[in-house]
Amino acid sequence: MSGKNKLGRVLADNAVVILFILLSVIAIPFSGFSVQNILQEMFTRLGRNSFLVLALLLPIYAGMGLNFGMTLGAMAGQIGLIMAIDWGIAGWRGLVFAALVGTPLSILLGWICGAVMNRAKGREMVTGYILAFFMNGVYMFLVLFTMGAVIPVRSATILLTRGYGIRNTLNLDLVRASLDKLLMLRIGPFFIPVATYLVIAVLCVFIVWFKKTKLGQDMRAVGHDLVVADSAGIPVERTRIIAVVISTVLACYGQIIFLQNMGNMATYNAHDQTGFFAVAAILVGGASVKKASLLNAFLGIFLLHLMFYVSPRAGQNLFGSAMIGEYFRQFVGYGVIALSLVLYAWKTRRDAVFAREVLKNNGSSGHSDAAKEGAAK
Amino acid sequence: MGQDSPLLSIQHVSKDFYGNVVLQDVSFDIKPGEIIGLVGENGAGKTTLMRILFGMPVITETGGYQGKIVFDGHETNFSSPFDALDAGIGMVHQEFSLISGFTTTENILLNNESMKPNFLNEVFGDRMSFLDRSDMKQRAVKAIQKLGVKLNPDMLISEMPIGHRQFTEIAREINREKIKLLVLDEPTAVLTESEAEVLLTSLRNLAAKGISIIFISHRLQEVLSVADTIVVLRDGKAVKNLPSKECSIRDIASWMVGRSMTSESDAEVANRKLADEYFRVEHLWVDMPGETVKDVNFTVNKGEIFGIGGLAGQGKLGISNGIMGLYPGGGKVIFDGKEAPLNDPRKVLEIGFAFVSEDRRGVGLLLDESLEWNIAFTSMQIKNSHLKKMLKLVKIRDDASMRKLTEEYIKLLDIKCTGPSQKAKELSGGNQQKICLAKAFAMKPSILFVSEPTRGIDVGAKKLVLDTLIRYNREYGTTIVIVSSELEELRSLCDRIAIIDEGSVAGILEPTAPLEEFGMLMSGAFESNKEASHA
Repeated sequence: MSGKNKLGRVLADNAVVILFILLSVIAIPFSGFSVQNILQEMFTRLGRNSFLVLALLLPIYAGMGLNFGMTLGAMAGQIGLIMAIDWGIAGWRGLVFAALVGTPLSILLGWICGAVMNRAKGREMVTGYILAFFMNGVYMFLVLFTMGAVIPVRSATILLTRGYGIRNTLNLDLVRASLDKLLMLRIGPFFIPVATYLVIAVLCVFIVWFKKTKLGQDMRAVGHDLVVADSAGIPVERTRIIAVVISTVLACYGQIIFLQNMGNMATYNAHDQTGFFAVAAILVGGASVKKASLLNAFLGIFLLHLMFYVSPRAGQNLFGSAMIGEYFRQFVGYGVIALSLVLYAWKTRRDAVFAREVLKNNGSSGHSDAAKEGAAK
Repeated sequence: MGQDSPLLSIQHVSKDFYGNVVLQDVSFDIKPGEIIGLVGENGAGKTTLMRILFGMPVITETGGYQGKIVFDGHETNFSSPFDALDAGIGMVHQEFSLISGFTTTENILLNNESMKPNFLNEVFGDRMSFLDRSDMKQRAVKAIQKLGVKLNPDMLISEMPIGHRQFTEIAREINREKIKLLVLDEPTAVLTESEAEVLLTSLRNLAAKGISIIFISHRLQEVLSVADTIVVLRDGKAVKNLPSKECSIRDIASWMVGRSMTSESDAEVANRKLADEYFRVEHLWVDMPGETVKDVNFTVNKGEIFGIGGLAGQGKLGISNGIMGLYPGGGKVIFDGKEAPLNDPRKVLEIGFAFVSEDRRGVGLLLDESLEWNIAFTSMQIKNSHLKKMLKLVKIRDDASMRKLTEEYIKLLDIKCTGPSQKAKELSGGNQQKICLAKAFAMKPSILFVSEPTRGIDVGAKKLVLDTLIRYNREYGTTIVIVSSELEELRSLCDRIAIIDEGSVAGILEPTAPLEEFGMLMSGAFESNKEASHA
């Protein structure tokens, strides 16, 4: 292969990352934000979103694509938080309580999700997406109708005035930033939420460690080739369910961390775009449906949120309307998912063509070998 | 070696699938350290026999088998391939079951990894143990050495030459401590000659270490050189079982194919006067999974019935599918002096090619539609026939003309149905095939490609379908290219027959040529013949 061709390949393989770096470089000067300002915001947002994005990794290893079904875990986390607020458990204890409530729920939901995906092999992503819509209905029923009516709710302040159902916006003052503030370190002009970072670091260690276990190896095998893994005696379906369950549980914790940082919760919408933004982030970081790493996750969070942070202001300064930037944010989010999926399909096809070239060359050389031997005889 | 008790003894095994007998009273023994060469044509029963040995679920689902299999002194009846593995029987498949993104070591030890326990085992079970990478590598290297080949334990499968992948697969089987019998199904099919030589040497190594081997291959000279004993299966019966020293390639080839040595229609087919060259294929390659075509050259004369035969997986099906643009391919196809486009099904239909696919229910028919639709569909799409103009603006379907056409073909081909509006899926296999033919005939093609025209239809219908093809050829002078696995069928109606082996033409023979000549070509025995056929 020629050097030019190789360069083209590298560019094409990293098209999304390069595009984002370019856009950010252009937008930053127009936004008028100082570097210090931007960095502080990035530190905050890394703490807020990392856990959610990392939750996507295991299903990708298991060959199940981007787990849009992680929204189910987010719902479980929110139910945990509602309980914590209702019971008046403040601070980090509230978060632990929410996690304790959310864990069994998200294991159950993840198991359902995995079982459904096992019946829709090859279409896991769209299945997860639609499943999240369906579960949204169940969540609404639970929170809007049964809480306060069937499930006892003690504090009337979080209920709608009609007496049952949770308010549209839930004030999370009790647990606000309780993880972030647990160990806030001041380095120069920057505030670093060390405790949150520690939790994320523990998760990273877990993922690295998990990949070294037998289960992790099986998951990789299943991800690479389902049929071969099955014929080698690896319990394929069970392995896939475990991957989704772990992902769902991590998404539950991720949503709790996300919401404690935000400080309030849109009861019926907060989970809507959890999966969507996490998926967009990991794709921006250069991951694909089949391949992702810790680096992809962190790079993606940084680039996507840099864009999200500077683009509304840049839009306002350039066009006199922040809505342009807001529009841009949505556009870019969906655009990047579509672009990544298209690029992935294109790459798969390109590799098939490349493999075919090899076959063609082999074929003709094999033939000439045979011919030579024939002549020798 | 030198023990009298056989490791594996297959005793009077018979098997039928719903009355269709595929194995009949097959018996043979394998001693420890012996290599058995198992040969036979497609459909001779090799695969079924191996499925029985491995306890594949498909056997019990279809009513089990008769006879006895004794392995290592015990009568066995495995209920799944994993039981067979546990007992010490390993299988290396024709298609690779390797994970291409994994290294040699990871593949050799797939689901058999070395593990280091840790505290989480107590709670979550063995799957939470760490992998012991260094021990895994040692075990892999040991298996590779036992095989007697050079393999890099850290190389990814996707970066390996194909021969090394085959060795990796074998290494995986012999890595198991208990392995006593190894079954290799066409292990050399994808290897170059030098790679195959290394493989045969390492098989002899393994046999010398006391591992018995069943070697299934269509390359007879390899079977002959490696096997101690040759077992020939034909039509479900073990027709020969003798030491390899006592037979020649030519003997085996004729035992494999030799049914009745006469063919009724020879006289009629021979010596027809044919016009000039009409259709030519040069250096055709086609990427059809499982039927890869590498480099095919042949010419067909006007009005000829040209047969293409060969064993399954050698690429004969890929030729017609590639020419019709159904799978990506390249090379040159010259038709009537002009180059025909590849990879564009519509274009080739427009210049007068028609195709009867081997995938009758998938590509050939619109199963849920009426016979009218099925027969008229392609010609309506390509030739704008059976359409009428309405208000000179829009073209609508001409149902009356479609019905007339269908009734015509129902009568002509003697299709058994309730009428033109019956659904295609309700017909029997033979009648469905006639519908496919009628669809192709309705195109009034200049050249007709027919793929496996008699697959899956009963004997009576077979004859009707073949007669229809001959009649059509004689009456309209249509050039026909037939691809078929059934040699007898090709010999009964073709003017010339090309045998495909490993993706290229092994040789072109007259239908009257002796059967063992065909057998030799299919077995890749005549390397030098390839040259002659390209000229």
